[in-house]
Amino acid sequence: MTPDPRLEEEISRTWRDPPGLWGFIATVDHKRIAARYIVTALLLMFLAGMLAIDMRWQLTVPENTRMTPQLYNESFSLHGSTMLYLVSVPVMEAMAFWLVPLMLGARNMAFPRLGAFSYWLYLGGVLTLWIAHAMDITPDLGWFEYPPLAGPAYSPGHRADIWAQMITFTEVAALCASVNVAATILKMRPPGMTLARMPVFLWAMLIASIMTILSMPAIMLVTSMLIADRMVSTHFFSPGAGGDVILFQHLFWFFGHPEVYIIFIPATGFVSSIVETFSRRRLFGHSVLVLSIISIGALAFGLWVHHMFAVGLPRLGNDFYTAASMAIALPAGLQIFCWIATMWSGRPRFDTPMLWVIAFVLTFVIGGLSGIMTASAALDLQLTDTYFIVAHFHYVLVGGALFPLFGAFCYWYPKATGRMMSERWGKIALVGIVGGFNLGFFPMHLLGLMGMPRRVYTYPTGMGWDTLNQIATAGSVISVLGGLVFVANALLSYWRGAPSGADPWQGSTLEWASASPAPPWNFDYTPVVHSLTPMWDESRPLPVMDGLANDHREVLITSVTDAAPLYRQKSASPSIWPIVAALAVTIMFIASIFTPWAVPLGSVLIGAALTGWFWPPRPRAKQGPLGTGA
Amino acid sequence: MNGPPDMKIVGTLSNLPTSAIGSRHLVWWGNVGFMLIEGTGFALAAAAYLYLMTQAPAWPPKGDALPGLLWSGIFTALLLISEIPALWVLRCARAEKVGGVRWGTLVLTLFGIALLVPRGFEFAHLGVPWHQDAYGSVIWLLLVLHTTHVVTELGESAVQTVWLFTHQIGDDQFSDVEDNSNYWTFVVLAWLPIYALIYWAPRAV
Amino acid sequence: MRRVPILLAALLLGGCDGIQSVMSPAGDGAAALHDLLLLSVAVCGAIYLLVMGGLGWSLWRRRAETVSEPASEEPALDRSLWVAAAVILAGLTILIIGSFLADQALFATRGSEALQLRVTGHQYWWRIEYRDPATGRWIETANELHLPQGRTARVALGSADVIHSFWVPNVAGKIDMVPGRRNLIDLTPRRLGWFRGQCSEYCGTQHAHMAFDVKVDSPAVFDAWLMAQARPANAVAGPVAARGASVFAGPCAACHAVRGTGAGGRAGPDLTHFASRRSIAAGTLPMTRGNVQAWITQPQALKPGVPMPAVPLSPQDADAVAHYLATLR
Repeated sequence: MTPDPRLEEEISRTWRDPPGLWGFIATVDHKRIAARYIVTALLLMFLAGMLAIDMRWQLTVPENTRMTPQLYNESFSLHGSTMLYLVSVPVMEAMAFWLVPLMLGARNMAFPRLGAFSYWLYLGGVLTLWIAHAMDITPDLGWFEYPPLAGPAYSPGHRADIWAQMITFTEVAALCASVNVAATILKMRPPGMTLARMPVFLWAMLIASIMTILSMPAIMLVTSMLIADRMVSTHFFSPGAGGDVILFQHLFWFFGHPEVYIIFIPATGFVSSIVETFSRRRLFGHSVLVLSIISIGALAFGLWVHHMFAVGLPRLGNDFYTAASMAIALPAGLQIFCWIATMWSGRPRFDTPMLWVIAFVLTFVIGGLSGIMTASAALDLQLTDTYFIVAHFHYVLVGGALFPLFGAFCYWYPKATGRMMSERWGKIALVGIVGGFNLGFFPMHLLGLMGMPRRVYTYPTGMGWDTLNQIATAGSVISVLGGLVFVANALLSYWRGAPSGADPWQGSTLEWASASPAPPWNFDYTPVVHSLTPMWDESRPLPVMDGLANDHREVLITSVTDAAPLYRQKSASPSIWPIVAALAVTIMFIASIFTPWAVPLGSVLIGAALTGWFWPPRPRAKQGPLGTGA
Repeated sequence: MNGPPDMKIVGTLSNLPTSAIGSRHLVWWGNVGFMLIEGTGFALAAAAYLYLMTQAPAWPPKGDALPGLLWSGIFTALLLISEIPALWVLRCARAEKVGGVRWGTLVLTLFGIALLVPRGFEFAHLGVPWHQDAYGSVIWLLLVLHTTHVVTELGESAVQTVWLFTHQIGDDQFSDVEDNSNYWTFVVLAWLPIYALIYWAPRAV
Repeated sequence: MRRVPILLAALLLGGCDGIQSVMSPAGDGAAALHDLLLLSVAVCGAIYLLVMGGLGWSLWRRRAETVSEPASEEPALDRSLWVAAAVILAGLTILIIGSFLADQALFATRGSEALQLRVTGHQYWWRIEYRDPATGRWIETANELHLPQGRTARVALGSADVIHSFWVPNVAGKIDMVPGRRNLIDLTPRRLGWFRGQCSEYCGTQHAHMAFDVKVDSPAVFDAWLMAQARPANAVAGPVAARGASVFAGPCAACHAVRGTGAGGRAGPDLTHFASRRSIAAGTLPMTRGNVQAWITQPQALKPGVPMPAVPLSPQDADAVAHYLATLR
């Protein structure tokens, strides 16, 4: 079928963004929003990496006086908070924003303006934390600030409030993003993409979104309770007044444990997509993979107490949480089996994305296994709060989430930019990052076993910890250098990479059916799907349906289980309201660090912004008591 | 390899309607998502209340007054009664009755304003300030959370009322009225366990 | 040349046998956990090798021609999936049983009689109290824990301010010290010697320097030590010490106690037998005359953020106080 230039002209006029700064601010194009999320997150990853190098340098020799304890404590707090709240979860949301409509053959997300709002609010959280750092009121109590240390008696000033409000920003942004992603996946699938024909990547994003919806309220609640204790003298966490400091830990980890799976599950989506394409064979065990993701998502809510094994809780509970924490290894292990089985039954190609998957398996499994060790409530009494646990969580987060993310970046880079990244420099970067990471973090298992606790700005001479700390520093530096090569590759390939075409890797799923880079509206027509791998099906040309309007923005809404076309939904155009609403929310959140009156007053502002946002653009009534009577 | 793959048109979507009702509608799912978020928040706040209650030697702690039943009773009764116009406006929305949704949403708004009166008195008769002890803190937390709920819903109903009376109403707006009614029902239902926890649990223990 | 690997191993793993090591158990709890550690490493190591083997084989073997049916049509793979599930479950079962047994071992002494202790965490030091079995009185010291070999000491843990954690890896696992809560840990040391414990829950600026020395003695030596700790401070002897004592009675006595004198402050560590300890400032510096004097005059320089203020003293007064403290054996 030859492309119709009049169609292209009309659809382009409807979907393209206004030019210049206005277009930048008002865009609701999910790809542009995702791109700015990813760029922001990568920049923050770099800053967090610099903090890490600073800390590693400090720990290279015992009793080092290069960093003051205050500066070191701020550094580990800022590093952890940035990576967990401002990088890991947002970047996974961003990958969902970017890829979900493309993989669904859809023209945009379910709620385009909500997507823009999520980014601006996320940016508000980023600025809250980092401007505070520039103003020297950096939070300094770690990435989970336990009371009473975080309470009004032991942490006067506003550092802890900055931390708590930064979280509020990012959690509201994440909740909005999750509702958006979940609604898109449930209601905007192409005709024929029943739930049984939905790729594993989309299952992963759907489950991660639902998990976010059910876990983030816990941290919003608990940080609000902390702010209330600090600001208006509530006593949720004051033992002397009937409160309980352990209540904080329960509520925090009820969120905190699912959080790490919210980070990991999208990575399993990336791995599934990459393994399928680069093994040149359909994924083995699709149902097993999907059921594993669902069971990991469910189980994740029943494990939180394993972060509290040293608190002194009743033994029976500890036994239960040990068994549950070990049990989650079963679905995770079966996923690994399915991916390896896919490679076994296919013809693997060793392009960079596949190499990242291999690095993921090699590294993440170590993290998973050290997790099995810490899952034992008994053994955890030796391992928790030491460098062993620092090693464990870096192995699962870096190996389990960042390596698949880097692979996904290389895999989908051509779709986003129309260019290929350099394979050679990609491999060099990989060796640096992966080799450096393992050299840097493996020794930390041993340091923990040798008695080195975590969150210490220095350690005594004569403990036998010196050499391993030096190796850890060397590895970390190598890893960061590898990261710089990766970023340089990404930047240079943008202008000088080989043109990729629509489908450089012969991918199996629908995003490869759009042009590279995809136009604002993604697809001229709506694809019809008959299998899990629509791009590999025998039927060429690709079956599509027309009929979506091209003179105004419209998306297709289908039914939840069978993806039967239901109706055509108007889709939002570029709008100023997301940034206006985000500004109103920002004003309320920041002001409420300083006075509780900000809440009612800020709410009025937010109400005004939301009214403008949701005000339907319809003609004035002619009839009725307030009609114009014309 | 260079451009998008060759495609052939096998059908058309142009005959599809441009709106839908109930769970067929996309925004219904967004509404449900936000209700799920808030419901989870309430459940966790209730869990915090129960946690503190089971840790305490006495509940309310010795010396703390019990919360008053009069104004909370009035509030609860009024809230339950307000469910009648909420359900009525839902039916009007589904039947696409212009007059019904206009006046029904106005009634809901008036109920919302009226509810703030007993709610204000409830705060005054909780018996313990939030800064006295953990018991005071947590009952105030629950009541503040629910009040935010009521105020948000009042705001939405009020704005909707103004808009409905001054504009021509289309399919999407009938869906909005439906979503608002569902949310009102959620506010009513969410109150019941919270009411039990604040006002009756201290009397039962 | 053969010495290089040995040197490397010594450099890298020199801490394994250390005085703060999980891998060098000197007590019952640590021994049970060490056994579990070895079991876990063995099981996890075996699983890792299996996964790597599977991955390596899958990548190395390449299919000659493209196969178009879905991979799920391969019966060999389907059967292997069940085998994989069984292997994972077997491994997890072994570890869960191992964990349960270790947990039993940790609480084995709970029913029996034990020496009673109370340790309270402060920012950034340890109040240590022994219950004298004969009289029932509490004998107080700070920052150095002595234990009798072969007998169980039951420590009641609490906190005066924020959450801390009590950890002597050579003897047992760690338990948090939570304000508003009392946790118990049983310590049954088996090996004589010096060990080190450290706070293991971030507790503020100087969390890194909140440690304590642990001495395991034979029961006879321990009993003698405890009796000595129970006695009030030695009488002041000599003019320099006397001057030191009188300076002490001013600013220092507000926070520190020396039993047998008027000094009764409770905000800081008990100093009645200060000079009998191995280190000062909660394991921060060795007990030397120079360190003590430096600590008295400039605690913020040695441990910035510690609650002890820098009290302005003339060099003679500082010297006198250090001299006085050295007599508090």
